[in-house]
Amino acid sequence: MTKLLEVNNLSISFTQYVQGLNRHDSKVITDLTIDVNENEIVAVLGSSGSGKSLLAHSILGILPYNSHVTGEIKYKGEVLTQELKEKLRGKEICLIPQSVNFLDPLMKVSQQAIGECEDDKEREEKKIRQREVFSKYGLDESVDDLYPFELSGGMARKVLLSTALLGDPNLLIADEPTPGLDKQSVEETISDIKNLKEQDKGVLLITHEINVALKTADRIAVFYSGHVIEINTAENFKDADNVLHPYTKALINSLPRNGFKLTEGVQPLDDVIGCPYYENCPVRMDKCEKNKPKLINHNGVMIRCFNYEEVNDES
Amino acid sequence: MIYFYKSFFNSFFKTNLYTLEMIKINSKKLAKFLGYKAIRLLILLVVIAAISFIMVQLSPIDPVKAYLGQRIVSQEQLAIMGEYWGTNLTLGERVLGWLQTLASGSMGFSLIYRAPVTEVIAQKFFASLTLMIVSWIISGVVGFGLGVIAGAKEGTLTDKAIKTYCYILQSTPTFWIGLVLLMVFSVYLGWFPIGLSVPIGQLSDTVTFWQWLYRLILPAITLSIVGIASLTMYTRDKLISVKNSDYFLFAQARGESFWGMIKNHGIRNILLPAISIQFLSFNELFGGTILVEQVFAYPGIGQATVAAGLRSDVPLLLGIVIISAIFVFVGNLIADVIYQYVDPRLRSEDDE
Amino acid sequence: MSETPWYNKGLFSSLNLRQKTLLTIGLTGLVLLVIFISGTLIDANLPTDFSIKMQPPSFAHIFGTDWMGRDMFIRTIKGLSLSIMIGIGASIISSIIATLLAFLASINKFCDSFVSWLIDLFASIPHILLIMMISIALGKGAFGVIMAVAFSHWVNLTRVLRAEVLQINTSEYVALSKRFGKSKLWIAKEHILPLILSQIFVGTLLVFPHAIMHESSVTFLGFGLSPHEPAIGIILSESMTYLAMGAWWLAFFPGMALLIVVLLFDIIGDNLKRLFDPSQANK
Repeated sequence: MTKLLEVNNLSISFTQYVQGLNRHDSKVITDLTIDVNENEIVAVLGSSGSGKSLLAHSILGILPYNSHVTGEIKYKGEVLTQELKEKLRGKEICLIPQSVNFLDPLMKVSQQAIGECEDDKEREEKKIRQREVFSKYGLDESVDDLYPFELSGGMARKVLLSTALLGDPNLLIADEPTPGLDKQSVEETISDIKNLKEQDKGVLLITHEINVALKTADRIAVFYSGHVIEINTAENFKDADNVLHPYTKALINSLPRNGFKLTEGVQPLDDVIGCPYYENCPVRMDKCEKNKPKLINHNGVMIRCFNYEEVNDES
Repeated sequence: MIYFYKSFFNSFFKTNLYTLEMIKINSKKLAKFLGYKAIRLLILLVVIAAISFIMVQLSPIDPVKAYLGQRIVSQEQLAIMGEYWGTNLTLGERVLGWLQTLASGSMGFSLIYRAPVTEVIAQKFFASLTLMIVSWIISGVVGFGLGVIAGAKEGTLTDKAIKTYCYILQSTPTFWIGLVLLMVFSVYLGWFPIGLSVPIGQLSDTVTFWQWLYRLILPAITLSIVGIASLTMYTRDKLISVKNSDYFLFAQARGESFWGMIKNHGIRNILLPAISIQFLSFNELFGGTILVEQVFAYPGIGQATVAAGLRSDVPLLLGIVIISAIFVFVGNLIADVIYQYVDPRLRSEDDE
Repeated sequence: MSETPWYNKGLFSSLNLRQKTLLTIGLTGLVLLVIFISGTLIDANLPTDFSIKMQPPSFAHIFGTDWMGRDMFIRTIKGLSLSIMIGIGASIISSIIATLLAFLASINKFCDSFVSWLIDLFASIPHILLIMMISIALGKGAFGVIMAVAFSHWVNLTRVLRAEVLQINTSEYVALSKRFGKSKLWIAKEHILPLILSQIFVGTLLVFPHAIMHESSVTFLGFGLSPHEPAIGIILSESMTYLAMGAWWLAFFPGMALLIVVLLFDIIGDNLKRLFDPSQANK
């Protein structure tokens, strides 16, 4: 079966100028590999501000121009070129953005959901479709004429979700769908996302809230300092003994204390030579400092740690 | 003429129906706002009138001598002239006299035009107003257009060309642009007359509309060229910040076309700020008019200002200062109203 | 990739942005210095030679000659150096005014609203008119023009500095100093001034082009330097008389030279600003 989305060895870096106009290159995502099947929700779990959103932007082809990307992204087995991304985005692949800031502040929400139209006929059709989707999520006609700043938090979430679903996509990318929401809205959002799976859609969920990931996803990829260090099933995440990477274990053990939020922690910002978790690792080895482990398949679980590599793997 | 401006404005706004839709002004709030502004203007004018009068009076330049220039007159004539100018009075008497005149609603009597200042200003200002409005509209439309193109095509050759053009324009003295245009189009090509808004030997009343328009072209072009640069740079920067915004990113992710996004999200978000900026430029517009009128010998408020200053026509000069302050104030006021009462976000904050 | 301004592209493309910026500043500064120094070395009383009057540009006189046979190139250089001198004087004075007002605004709420009101007052009269008025009040001439330009150009810098001082004043270490019983003057001198020094410096340089341009404008109108001075404004205003005769070089070259000088100052100011505040370069 071909996978809906495949990301292989994706790296993203930026060039910036700092005080005194010295050039500075920063690597935000390093060697990221992940895949999403139809009918599946995969969560990318990482602390906020760690550059996870760029994964979404890179799949949609909307990265800023001072970025540098290597690696490949495939959609339904086909390599996503920039042209293909431009053709598919908004139709086959849709983004559910973080917040209401992603809506034009001076445009009524219904107009934005409908988007661009070639002629009046298309506009009529899209208007009917927009009304349909909006009502499905409990947004009545009065919402159509509101400006984004007039929406409440929960309402905004539903508008953003409906807007993404208007094009009837196969793959949805939800980028931090639950920041600053009250408990009830979070529950609603979780059930809305799970509901998408019932409709045979694939979902890539990008979040820093582990309980959202646990309740929603089938598989969870742990994102640490620009690297994916482990991809395991949500089922295994319920017990620290079932996950492999020392960071993941530490993460799960500390959960009740941290209120199920990822700790900010000290994560190296620049690209490191060795294992990104070397500084804090309880089971580190000498070679971890200078060599970077690869993401390998260990009994069906993807893991980036020398402890699980074959013993005589010196190449 | 007024009708023409009105219809132009309407058609300008109709292209952006959404903008019109957003204009729902809370009239009660607006009245309060305008009342507050009116009081501010009054205080401002009194202060400006007093300060500028004292400034002129402190000047070491003898107004009688400045008026006479190279002409030679007898002592008796000089004494009569001194009385006419009021140089034989003390500073206190003069300030009092000036404020009395102002309070009575008059601005005094222009010494060089030999007519009431209000009359002179009304006539001259109207002539300049046409020049200013025409170039204000040209520079607004062209400046906004260029800014949108440069911002949309950020980093390309087109953008660089527009940026370079603006950069150079910002460093160019207004009057020199006028001189160059005059040299090229009037002296070298001979398309336009050199100076004088009214052909020599003709009364200003008998000038036909076409003659008048013909003489308006070069000054208007000069004045609008100068106004374009700052608006273009502003529009460009604003559009680029919209392009970097989250909502632009999401529109892109929804698969909207580039120019569609520029039109739907870019122009929608920058049009009102750009119009405000254009209203805030009344200050430079008035200053530019003074220079342009001097170069093209256009008989408007600018020429009157220079004449009044050079020949120490104090009442006229002070009258012009007050009028120009009102002019600039009105521009700022309109910009304020646009900012506070038209944007739906700020509007609803005010309603609370 | 980063966008570099048109003037540092091409020849120096192998250098990085920092080097390019520094090189641009150095080169433009050098050009201006050469113009300024050679201008001061020229005797103000140029030789007149009526046998070569009103000559169009040639190899002997690259900017042509005027109605008294004076070389326009030399007159222009002299005029430019005079403009630069007035520009230096005016922008330094206006920066001093701006700094003083920014500190005045930080004393208390009343002073702050007074400064805001003063800013509003000065911004409410067209620049040129304001310069004319001040120049008349001070009796025209070089002194009048310098003061007029200085007193009309402090507004923008004051706005920037006022906001900056306000921000520093609310910072924790200033609060700490206050608790230690340090006087307001001590805090202003030891904490605030060093922090806003770079902004004052850049601000002064950014006032420069405007100062030069406005000086030549009011001089052109007849409210600045006296007709005996070799100023660019005077040269251009004289050229109006000969324009109809086709003596285009009298207006074209001096104006062009003025434009270039203003542009060079603009370039220095912008590049320095970028050096201190790199957020612009990242765009």
